[in-house]
Amino acid sequence: MRFERSHTRKAVALTVASSLVLLASACGGGDDGGSGDSGSSGGALEGRGPITFATGKDTSGNLTNQVAAWNSQHPDEKVTVAELPESADQQRAQMISNAQNKSDAFSVLNLDVVWTAEFAANRWVTQLPEDQFPDLGKLLPSTLDTAKYRDKLYAVPVTSDGGLLYYRKDLLAKAGVKPPTTWAEMVTDCQKVKALPEAKSIGCYAGQFEKYEGLTVNFSEAVNGAGGVVVGKDGKPNVDTPEALAGLTALTEGFKTGFIPKAAITYQEEPGRRAFQEGNLLFHRNWPYVYALAGKTDGSSKIAGKFAVAPLPGLKGPGVSTLGGHNYAISEFAKNKATAADFIKFMSSEERQRANIEKTSQAPTWASLYDDAALNKQFPYLAPLKASIEGAQSRPKVVKYGDVTTAIQEAAYGALTGTTTPKDALAGLQTKLSQLITQ
Amino acid sequence: MSTSAPVAERPTPETTKRPKRRSSFNEGTGRLAALLLSPTMIVLILVVGLPILAALRESLYQSGQRIDESGFVIQGSEFVGLDNFTAIFSGETGDRFWNAFYNTTFFTVACVVLETVLGVAMALVMHKAFKGRAIVRASILVPWAIPTVVSALLWKWIFQADGIANDLLGTQILWSTEGWQSVLSVIIADTWKTAPFIGLLVLAGLQTIPDEVYEAAKVDGARVWSTFVHITMPLVKPALLVAVLFRILDTLRIFDLPFVLVGPNKESVETLSILAYLEANQTRYGPAAAYATLLFIYVAVVAYVFVKLLGADVFGDAIQRKPKKNGRSGRRRGKQEAPAAALAGLTASSGGGGGGA
Repeated sequence: MRFERSHTRKAVALTVASSLVLLASACGGGDDGGSGDSGSSGGALEGRGPITFATGKDTSGNLTNQVAAWNSQHPDEKVTVAELPESADQQRAQMISNAQNKSDAFSVLNLDVVWTAEFAANRWVTQLPEDQFPDLGKLLPSTLDTAKYRDKLYAVPVTSDGGLLYYRKDLLAKAGVKPPTTWAEMVTDCQKVKALPEAKSIGCYAGQFEKYEGLTVNFSEAVNGAGGVVVGKDGKPNVDTPEALAGLTALTEGFKTGFIPKAAITYQEEPGRRAFQEGNLLFHRNWPYVYALAGKTDGSSKIAGKFAVAPLPGLKGPGVSTLGGHNYAISEFAKNKATAADFIKFMSSEERQRANIEKTSQAPTWASLYDDAALNKQFPYLAPLKASIEGAQSRPKVVKYGDVTTAIQEAAYGALTGTTTPKDALAGLQTKLSQLITQ
Repeated sequence: MSTSAPVAERPTPETTKRPKRRSSFNEGTGRLAALLLSPTMIVLILVVGLPILAALRESLYQSGQRIDESGFVIQGSEFVGLDNFTAIFSGETGDRFWNAFYNTTFFTVACVVLETVLGVAMALVMHKAFKGRAIVRASILVPWAIPTVVSALLWKWIFQADGIANDLLGTQILWSTEGWQSVLSVIIADTWKTAPFIGLLVLAGLQTIPDEVYEAAKVDGARVWSTFVHITMPLVKPALLVAVLFRILDTLRIFDLPFVLVGPNKESVETLSILAYLEANQTRYGPAAAYATLLFIYVAVVAYVFVKLLGADVFGDAIQRKPKKNGRSGRRRGKQEAPAAALAGLTASSGGGGGGA
């Protein structure tokens, strides 16, 4: 009995002690960030060996081929793919928690273009010495810009994306008009097409106006296309301007006059694409991926062979697309950074980018690929896409991008649904952005 | 010790020893019980206690919110006391918080009322003996078996601008826009999904009611309605209250449905857990923990009030234990007073039940 008692007592003491230790270590864990101020930014990329590549779920199915090509050439520096969820939010969350634990589980990170600033400012990714990446000059300059934070390089753009104007070439031809280059032309063209008996009830135009990242993209395009800016080149918000107002008003007027169908306020990429494929839209702003799907002749698209693409129209001149795409960066806490840098060079090389677009139709960042005759034959939208990307603007490069995009969506959605006037929405947005960006 | 005791003195010490031995026996059993329960308690401390403490601690800190001259985030976390909490209640954030608080409460009341009514009706149908009963039971349970996010996507599809809901209604309601329609879509989807849960628990309750009671009511000439009100409801009440309590606690932290079906940052359907998620997603873990703590307190208070007011027999043992000593019932009540540790209470009270029997 005595033995048992002392035994339990010991057990109790042990339990209490170990929980205290655990508690202390759990508490201590939070404080680590305070002292862990590693000043290795821009340091040498050293170490060779196996690495991991953290990327969102590969929906194209081609990533395995790309990585296999590397692995067969580098048997001692094998790359393992760490596949993250398909949702961008969850990818970012996993990469952040990995960085906050200073874990070396992820070596190369596949970052959405808008995350660069946040990851760089938190020192979660390593600054890259530009002289070690000799091919940067061969990439489209606008895409390279997305990989920089405060003029320093933190990543290498591997895929890009730009908005395109999809239009019904059959209907435009019948009405005898050319594809529009300005917003006003688009409005008059639509009226002419609607005069045709078979197109009486067609919707004129839709982009992505649901309250999500797509709205930030479409709002920025409207503002930029009218000569305004959301955040200026100096990094300061400057959205309460007549130009921005003209851009936003074009959208709100579009909703008011029925030029943009009411349902478009609920459109993300996919509902918009379906509406276009069903033949319910004359003009549609979307990404290049729609081209293949809308051209399918298996009956899923009613407009196969009846549509074409053009660069986005602006308010009074050519439009300005918002840049999409992905950049590859090296985790600050990774081992074998030299291998990681080589892998990024490999993946962004002309050869790999060509192999990738051939299989997946993802827009490359390598400029000369857009002028390749064979590729242009396979992807007839490459020329307008190049124009779109070359003239494209990045979304604000700010550390608190999540807050900034939420503020933009809030303002744009309010104006589009008529709860605020465009003027008030922009003034409010300017105040909000000033608070968020100066901090 | 007992072996060294002289044999001749046995009769006298036995009277003094017996209670001692019994007490030591009881003490020993208690220890044994404690020992056997300790793995559970350790697991509970690890997976429930420590995270709660860590979250409470986190809610008093802020980190990574400022940027230095060269554009880097200043590392380290800073103790800010209750600032995270006071910030929630001030200015624009305050409006947003109270809106989310109202939405959460409204969803809870509306959904749980609807689900209870439908769930009881489903249970009554499932309880009736008729041909194909098994199929009806199984099909009623299908929505419950579908993960919430999947059902949210499913309903999102139905409520699209060109979706089947609008086709059937012959209108073009834009369900995911701000306003009553998005609220309604969430309530419909939630009711569809979780009414079967209440149905299932009530069905279990119905099956414990002996047929004789109904036969007696029939003999006495009771009508269907009064049979339902005076016999079925009182007898099924314990099961129903537990089901409703679970649903209330569940709906208070509703997240997936409004988030996926309608979308984030929509004022009409923003709930407290969405606010906590959005803050955490912006790596503001301190304020996120503060929101989560407030939600935790709210859930605890609601559960407490519910148990107190309706006397919900959460642990399902009041009937057998009513004629017990004061001390014990007092202790039991004490356990119910901490609904946050409902699980711990559950294991503890069932452990106590085993000891008493």
